Amino acid sequence: MSKVLITIDGKGFLADSEKTVLEVARENHIYIPTLCNLEGIKPQGSCRICTCMIDGRMMTACTTPVNNGMVVVTKTDELDKLRSKIVELLFAEGNHFCPACERSGNCELQALAYLYKIMVPEFDYIFPNRDVDATHPKLILDHNRCILCKRCIRRKKEAENPTWFVFENRGNHVKINFDHELTADMDDEMAQKAMDTCPVGAIIRKEKGYDVPIGRRKYDLHPIGSDIEGKE
Amino acid sequence: MAKKVTIEPVTRVEGHGKVTIHLDDNNQVAQSRLHIVEFRGFERFVQGRPYWEAPVLVQRLCGICPVSHHLAAAKALDVIVGAGTGDGLTPTGEKMRRLMHYGQIFQSHVLHFFHLASPDLLFGIDGDPALRNVIGIALEHKELAVQAVMMRKFGQEIIKATAGKKVHGTGAIPGGINKHLTQEEKEQFLNGPDPLNVDKMIEWSLGALEFFKGYHAANKDLIDKFAAFPSSHVSLVRKDGALDLYHGVLRGIDNDGKKILNDVDYQDYLEYIDEEVKSWSYMKFPYLRSIGKKDGWYRVGPLARMNTVDFIPTPLAQKEFEIFQAYTGGKPNGMSMHMHWARLIEILHSAEMMKELINDPDLYSGDLTVKGTKQKEGVGLLEAPRGTLFHHYRINDDDQIEMANLIVSTTNNNTPMNTAVNLAAKQFMNGQTEITEPMMNAVEVAIRAYDPCLSCATHALGKMPMDFKIVDKNGKVINQKFKNGE
Ligand code: SF4
Ligand code: NI
Repeated sequence: MSKVLITIDGKGFLADSEKTVLEVARENHIYIPTLCNLEGIKPQGSCRICTCMIDGRMMTACTTPVNNGMVVVTKTDELDKLRSKIVELLFAEGNHFCPACERSGNCELQALAYLYKIMVPEFDYIFPNRDVDATHPKLILDHNRCILCKRCIRRKKEAENPTWFVFENRGNHVKINFDHELTADMDDEMAQKAMDTCPVGAIIRKEKGYDVPIGRRKYDLHPIGSDIEGKE
Repeated sequence: MAKKVTIEPVTRVEGHGKVTIHLDDNNQVAQSRLHIVEFRGFERFVQGRPYWEAPVLVQRLCGICPVSHHLAAAKALDVIVGAGTGDGLTPTGEKMRRLMHYGQIFQSHVLHFFHLASPDLLFGIDGDPALRNVIGIALEHKELAVQAVMMRKFGQEIIKATAGKKVHGTGAIPGGINKHLTQEEKEQFLNGPDPLNVDKMIEWSLGALEFFKGYHAANKDLIDKFAAFPSSHVSLVRKDGALDLYHGVLRGIDNDGKKILNDVDYQDYLEYIDEEVKSWSYMKFPYLRSIGKKDGWYRVGPLARMNTVDFIPTPLAQKEFEIFQAYTGGKPNGMSMHMHWARLIEILHSAEMMKELINDPDLYSGDLTVKGTKQKEGVGLLEAPRGTLFHHYRINDDDQIEMANLIVSTTNNNTPMNTAVNLAAKQFMNGQTEITEPMMNAVEVAIRAYDPCLSCATHALGKMPMDFKIVDKNGKVINQKFKNGE
């Protein structure tokens, strides 16, 4: 594997040429926020949260491979503003009622909203009319909360399991669905995995919830990104 | 000309209300009504949601008494997950919830007595309006104001330790609780530096009672006569007749003390209680089926509880209860302003209960939840600060809530509050043509005695009467339709 020299936020790093900007930044304890990205599955760069200034242009860090002499800036006021607007738009576009959501405190979208201190929404909320599919014995799909990141679909395509989750419909009506026959005898562990794949509370387990007390949930203890940042 | 006097909004009541007093041609009070002008659609809102969300979701219908809704919903879901009612939980599950509940009763009652009600007592109904509020208390009675703040804080810390947050926590889950109490919390609550420890809370609770009794002795007319009326009373009581704010059987007594609800299982509450809808209020009017719409109404809350129970299972509060009972010779007490006295006895009882529970080893270890055979339907009742609170849920085969019915404490007190308003209006307004501040305040004092939580009493979207109007630019009604109601 050949090595390249890149600059991230003014510091020089020697990096594997096969890696993406995001991967190299993570290895070097520089936090670039992500949402549609999940370690272990192929990045798709759809949510645009990880946008950085790469050689003077705005590009997604999760899909851009490193290059010799590349200059990356991960944090500017402009980038932060862009990211926080993306988060705001996601809130405006779905029905995200954090207070009663089982994933509250353990939700990547909510954690990003806290990170960017989003208090008052700037955009009008759409309040779409979406439903809840509770017909599966182990899982509930709450379409109100789905941000269409495709993490659930992409993970299953890559693992040896056949695809469970799919998109159906088009345009504004796109929604996630999954194969109830293939997953009929899903056990609790598989259900938990499916739930953990989702960054928000769109895939949740049945008859289980709120068993981690407030104060001990993932992002109660450490804000998102703090596990990456500053661990020299 | 008949006149209509409107007082709005009622101040120092949690939430919003509107009172209309109808005077006849001779300026005599013809009729008085407490209108509920807001509503929230929670019973509709929860339909389709996974059942285990209910305790966390439904508590949002009120920012003032969320813990009561949180726990009542959890109790209903205990039945659904097959954990039975109240005593079916693990000792840890049940006792942690009780501690949360007594913390809530304590802080809610303290808020009401010190912040909302004491200005009426200390400055009088005709007191200077500039002073007759919580700022006035802080200026003139510094000690009371400080105690009030610290007592509330203690209650809120108890809630935080059990529910995870001071407001809108997640502690109670179907079949139990999600955490233990820690040894540090125990140490803090039992032996924290003054004043934030449970012994100080008990001491101050006793002090507040002494203050009230002294006030009562000097102001018998106000406390005994103002908005006093006979009524039936309903509450949960422990199986042996003791005061139990978290769990029990439903007991009702009439004005003579005769049992009209004989310690029944609240799972069957619909057999005993129905609700009437009237066109002029968003709040329903519950009544006992056996007695009927007209006379079947009853009071709930601290005063009702002092009337229904046989004894209080903590020693200091029991002593005070005996004094309270002796005052009416053991007869049911219908004096609205004695609600404050009853509330103070419950503050003391809650403080004693908190101490007992914090010392209980079950809070620090043991299983948190239990489950059994799943049921489709469950009812959860408890005695909230303001009175009996009913939560009832039915789920479908996919674990979604299909039906929710809530009867909140303030709704149970709907007719009593209207009765009290009418009495206060008659006493202070009859024959007068000038509307004075004390007169209007008298009506508010009557309502305030019930500590109504109007924000959570108006939750029944879809079932309530609605008044639709089309008004032209001159303010003339050109089209009007009523939906539901009488
Ligand atoms: S269900 Fe979750 S993981 Fe799947 S697309 Fe929606 S938000 Fe992404
Ligand atoms: Ni309330």
